[in-house]
Amino acid sequence: MNARILHIATNTFREAVRDRVLYNLIAFALLMSAAAVLVGQISIQIEKLVVINLGLTAVSLFGIVIAIFIGIGLVSKEIDKRTLYTVLSRPVRRWEFIAGKFLGLAGTLVVNTFFMAIGVFAALAYVSHHLESPDLGVLVALYFIVLQFVIITALALFFSSFSTPIFSAIFAFWLFVIGNFAQDLRNFAAMAHGTARLLAIGAAYLVPNFSALNVISQVAHGEPVPHRLILLNTAYVLVYSAAVLSGAVLIFERRNLK
Amino acid sequence: MRAIEILGLEKIYNAGFWRKRSKRALRPLNLAVEDGEIFGFLGPNGAGKTTTLKILMGLVFPTGGSARILGMELDDPRMKAQIGFLPEQPYFYDHVTARELLRYYGQLSGVDPKQLSRKVDAALEQVKLSGSANVQLRKLSKGMLQRAGIAQAILHDPKVVFLDEPMSGLDPMGRREVRNLIEELKADGKTVFFSTHILSDAEALCDRVAIINQGELRGVGAVAELTASVHGKVEIVWHSIAIPAGIRSMGAECHSAGDTTRVILPEENQDAALEALRREHLRLISVVPVRTSLEDYFVAQLGTSAKSEAVSSRT
Repeated sequence: MNARILHIATNTFREAVRDRVLYNLIAFALLMSAAAVLVGQISIQIEKLVVINLGLTAVSLFGIVIAIFIGIGLVSKEIDKRTLYTVLSRPVRRWEFIAGKFLGLAGTLVVNTFFMAIGVFAALAYVSHHLESPDLGVLVALYFIVLQFVIITALALFFSSFSTPIFSAIFAFWLFVIGNFAQDLRNFAAMAHGTARLLAIGAAYLVPNFSALNVISQVAHGEPVPHRLILLNTAYVLVYSAAVLSGAVLIFERRNLK
Repeated sequence: MRAIEILGLEKIYNAGFWRKRSKRALRPLNLAVEDGEIFGFLGPNGAGKTTTLKILMGLVFPTGGSARILGMELDDPRMKAQIGFLPEQPYFYDHVTARELLRYYGQLSGVDPKQLSRKVDAALEQVKLSGSANVQLRKLSKGMLQRAGIAQAILHDPKVVFLDEPMSGLDPMGRREVRNLIEELKADGKTVFFSTHILSDAEALCDRVAIINQGELRGVGAVAELTASVHGKVEIVWHSIAIPAGIRSMGAECHSAGDTTRVILPEENQDAALEALRREHLRLISVVPVRTSLEDYFVAQLGTSAKSEAVSSRT
């Protein structure tokens, strides 16, 4: 890999992990997993289902908050504080800066997810006293959650390349919400006619398909996740993120940094 | 070879919601900086100094014209590896230490990994930050951040160093240290291009200066050449507190203390003033030319409205 991209990614990772706000969010996520154990104890025979549902939802939500919270400032904060000036005055191309920032935040989120996942598995082991092979589905759900983070990171970085942090956060958050209803949007597109159908199809495919990446309920009920879905989702996220990042690079390459 | 060549560089911003209002930040600018000189880029706020620097650094794209640094185009990575840049009032990453920051910038500049630690230590030593090298930057004072900024600009041994208001936020001791540092850079054979409000620093340091106002170049040359073009003044001292009417009518600045009077008036009025003293039989003590400062040249070029924005020699 390009060494400069790696150095930018490392610096981004270092800045992110030393930010105390990150630790607070991870702590909240771990507390949620612990709370899931308590809730599970008052739900007869479905403790495991409650722990997996609540625990993974906490990992997903808090991870999305971290991705948006850090992602929206990745470019705009560096412009506002002029830290970008001393980077781009060096032999660093603008696309390398975007790529490095993306990898740095994605790496941060993977590490965060790892620690939050420990909490989920600890809670699961506590309620079920031992882990079984269907519990490996939780790993797949966690992998899909990380893929969601990759898309959100790319989107936050895209908006950050031209917009203010507030608007970037609003756009990224709303895309996350709408993306969870992407399947409904596609169903609507199938039923619509004329211009509405065209618009609905366009929106359905532009909006990230977070509904396909959400297998929490399936895994909580012990249903296996098909290998084909894992491959398709991975390919989808890679292509979608690459497209979004390309857009970020195109905008950023032409931007005057006032 | 010229270190910096600016050929008709121009910048027009499109402002307003529909981007229909145009604002000319830089008129076609032609400027050349020779290898190894300390070049001062002076002007009031909003004159176009930072716009020019940002175009040279590739942060802003020019509307017209071109520029070359060390004979290379502005987007050439080989050129960028040989320049250093300190932006105005720099701010760095909150949770990184000075040492980590310099290592990061050294890596981005392509410094040999085997030499990096030694160069980082040397840069920290040069800006007197060795004692705070492992403190997170958010805990450093403004002056220390400025010194960290200078360190990152010189760490990789660049041939040309660009400094935007390097004295900004520094106390007199800090300013003295930065002035010494700039002189050391010149002694090392580097070219230094710096913008400043502080005319006395430019006068003391620069081989040549350029003055810009409202995006337009108003003068370029050695300080001595520029100040020589401004009509000088002369100080006349005589023994008496009486001031001849002829001298008062010249609009001279008169000061009486004890039994002597001192006036400062335009050089062209010197003969008339001496004749007025002779008629009154007043005993002359001295006639001394008053050195024209860069501030006088600055004001003469830009008018009195710019004077309030420039920091005078007395600052």
